[in-house]
Amino acid sequence: MVKTLSQSKASVTDKKHETEELFKKKDKKKKSSFWKKVLVPQKRIPKKVSLTLSILSFVVIIILWCSITYGKIVGSMFVPTPGDTLKAMGTMFSNGFWSDIGITVYRVMAGFLIALVIAIPLGILVGAYSPLAAIFEPVFSFIRYMPASAFIPLFIFWIGIGESEKIAIIILGSLPQLVLMIANDIRNVEKSLIEVSYTLGTNTFDVLWKIILPKSLPDIMNTIRIVLGWAWTYVIVAEIVGASAGIGFSILQAQRTFQVDSIFVGILTLGIIGLIVDTLLTFLNKKIFAWNF
Amino acid sequence: MTESIVVTNVSKQFHTKSGDVQALKNINLAVQDKEFVSILGTSGCGKSTLLRIIGGLETSTSGKIECHNRIVDGPGVDRGMVFQQYSLFPWMTVSQNIEFGLKQKNIDKDTRKKIAKKYVRLVGLKGFEDLYPKNLSGGMKQRVALARGLANNPEVLLLDEPFGALDMQTREVMQELLLNIWQDSPKTIMMVTHDIEEAILLANRVVIMSSHPGEIKEVIEIKLGSKRTFETRLTEEFLRYKKIASEIIRSESAKIM
Repeated sequence: MVKTLSQSKASVTDKKHETEELFKKKDKKKKSSFWKKVLVPQKRIPKKVSLTLSILSFVVIIILWCSITYGKIVGSMFVPTPGDTLKAMGTMFSNGFWSDIGITVYRVMAGFLIALVIAIPLGILVGAYSPLAAIFEPVFSFIRYMPASAFIPLFIFWIGIGESEKIAIIILGSLPQLVLMIANDIRNVEKSLIEVSYTLGTNTFDVLWKIILPKSLPDIMNTIRIVLGWAWTYVIVAEIVGASAGIGFSILQAQRTFQVDSIFVGILTLGIIGLIVDTLLTFLNKKIFAWNF
Repeated sequence: MTESIVVTNVSKQFHTKSGDVQALKNINLAVQDKEFVSILGTSGCGKSTLLRIIGGLETSTSGKIECHNRIVDGPGVDRGMVFQQYSLFPWMTVSQNIEFGLKQKNIDKDTRKKIAKKYVRLVGLKGFEDLYPKNLSGGMKQRVALARGLANNPEVLLLDEPFGALDMQTREVMQELLLNIWQDSPKTIMMVTHDIEEAILLANRVVIMSSHPGEIKEVIEIKLGSKRTFETRLTEEFLRYKKIASEIIRSESAKIM
């Protein structure tokens, strides 16, 4: 009798263990299923979560920056503290950094707009008509592989170190990219859309303006946004090699006087302007081409 | 009765790396005005190629196609097409899509609006006129494509597996819709499909094609009357047609395997 009682007791504790184990397993299962839910390729997450994560990544970078500078892990000769950088920003902006920004923006815009005026029609025609593709694509592909910055010495020799040299560099850097990418955007229009439009009365001329172009406009806009980002890098290189004003010039000046905090300000400014322009263009694209998003 | 589409000795060869493929061989077919013809066959039998050649989107290697006594040498408004993948213009709203062909014909705005309204109602899309295609389900998209094709009033409507991408239920609804539209105002329609029931339910004649090379194997006249409904597919006659067609198709499929 006693024996059986203790036995039953033992079995009860066993059961308890079992259930505990079960709970633990369940917990584990919950955890793994959470990751399983989140880490699904191409799965969308809520907008709030996405925004929080994006902001968090900036916060982490700033925290790291603070800890290596204020924690004296890296000398201020090499990496300035956020405080020093802010201070440098204040002095730079009160000493005419605005005009440097203005000049750089002017150079990019002037060069990029000229490139656009040529590249948009040319890219459309190259994408639409195979003979033009055969003529222009190999040439532009070849130029594309020659870095624009490598032309700077040559352009200085030809044009001098004035504004036109910088603008020429930006045109050279962005034009071939724009033409090739816009041509691809045009070619990406589904054949079935073109075919169905023929059965609805479009001719070979109409189809370019009424079907291919409207369909590819959001892609072309996206191409413009991407290449504009690259144009920014060309202007800085041009300004570092030979200029008397501009963001790139200020960065070079700061380096010559060992003002690493000013270099930081220059680079950060570039990043911030780039981010603003990019966000604005993305927003505009979604607004104008609502049917596509 | 006048003939709408006349296909005479049409052959088509494709050149591939592994040699020439005879996609179509000596196709002869005459479609009467206001007749509904289904072209039925296993995948790869060249039925879509034939339809595309009639549509003028592809050329034949030999033979000729006539549409109302005019030689077909390219796509045209007399032969409207509806594709399986809808092919709606995504930057246009439902009514703009339907009006597109009319606009190409320079029809004035008021008439356009009136015609579009009629076809919107006909395909049951009232209230969805101002939506963009991305906001529509597959079935609704195909309704728009059908309305767009019909609104242009072509002499022949060519349907290339129009309901192939839709789920079973939606497909049946669409078949009934097409059946009603055609019975209310008959129109010459050629429809390519691999769905035996769909082919029989809708058509006056079912053309069964065989593959390698693509040839017309059998033409079955479907005498189910002109007042067909969805229940027609439960009748004995319908099942008899289905049995005949299935047997031909099965022997074809077995040949490939």
